[in-house]
Amino acid sequence: MYEHFKGSVSEKVKNTVERGLVKRFAESIGDPHPIFIDEEVGRNSRYGNNIAPPTFPRIFDAGKIDGLNLPSKGLIHGEQKYHYTRPLVVGEDIYCWTEVQDYYEKTGSNGLMGFLSVKRYGEDSDGKLIFTEEAVTIITEAVRKAMKV
Amino acid sequence: MKTLSEINIGERLEVILDPVSRMDLIKYSGASGDFNPIHTVDAEAAKAGLPGIIAHGMWTMGNLAKLFTPYYDEGLIEDYQIRFSGMVFIDDVITLRASAEREENDSIYFAVHAINQKGQPVLKGKVKFSKYA
Repeated sequence: MYEHFKGSVSEKVKNTVERGLVKRFAESIGDPHPIFIDEEVGRNSRYGNNIAPPTFPRIFDAGKIDGLNLPSKGLIHGEQKYHYTRPLVVGEDIYCWTEVQDYYEKTGSNGLMGFLSVKRYGEDSDGKLIFTEEAVTIITEAVRKAMKV
Repeated sequence: MKTLSEINIGERLEVILDPVSRMDLIKYSGASGDFNPIHTVDAEAAKAGLPGIIAHGMWTMGNLAKLFTPYYDEGLIEDYQIRFSGMVFIDDVITLRASAEREENDSIYFAVHAINQKGQPVLKGKVKFSKYA
């Protein structure tokens, strides 16, 4: 049902790696390490500033794919994959966008399931790619029925 | 605290989390912006056919990364890949584990797992930690 979105790309959206959000995020995953939070430790580190945890891009706005509307409930998060060229640094701007990589369907014990693979990209203000984030979302038959598709 | 260079292949990093609480998941919802109510509201979890609220997979994946946080002076997590295989419920006691499997071109490859108190896997995957020259 999402096959025709394959290859679709969103617009780019500017995000800032905000200090307060990094602190709150690090605390929420039980990892309030000084490299994320303590300004002096950040300044004296090889990064010259604090950095963000690897799963932090979760909070970024990476744009919208026109017409791609996922149900708000009943989705299963199957896989998640990050690739980094360097850590995200507090205070910097990151430009993010989304690409639909793949969609396919399989019949399993729970009926027909859809697998949607979406990749998000983040580059710095020099246009250098800093990270990619790939997520596979599973759309179950129950959800498809509820959506009447 | 060991440095990364002192970790031998075959060695394991491990942490056992406090029992998962609703407040953990409320905080993660707020910090991540993922307000899907199956993670915080009992009635919504029940409606989804779940026996109780479940942790965000990304909460567990985020927690697991802390095994590597002490080593950011020496390198970075270049690749972090997870497959979610089981649900995490309130009061579950989750063990996070990373096993150093091999070293190649200044990168250490870890197999990572999270298991619950019954020994059931809730996620598993891989980390490539690359050391700075």
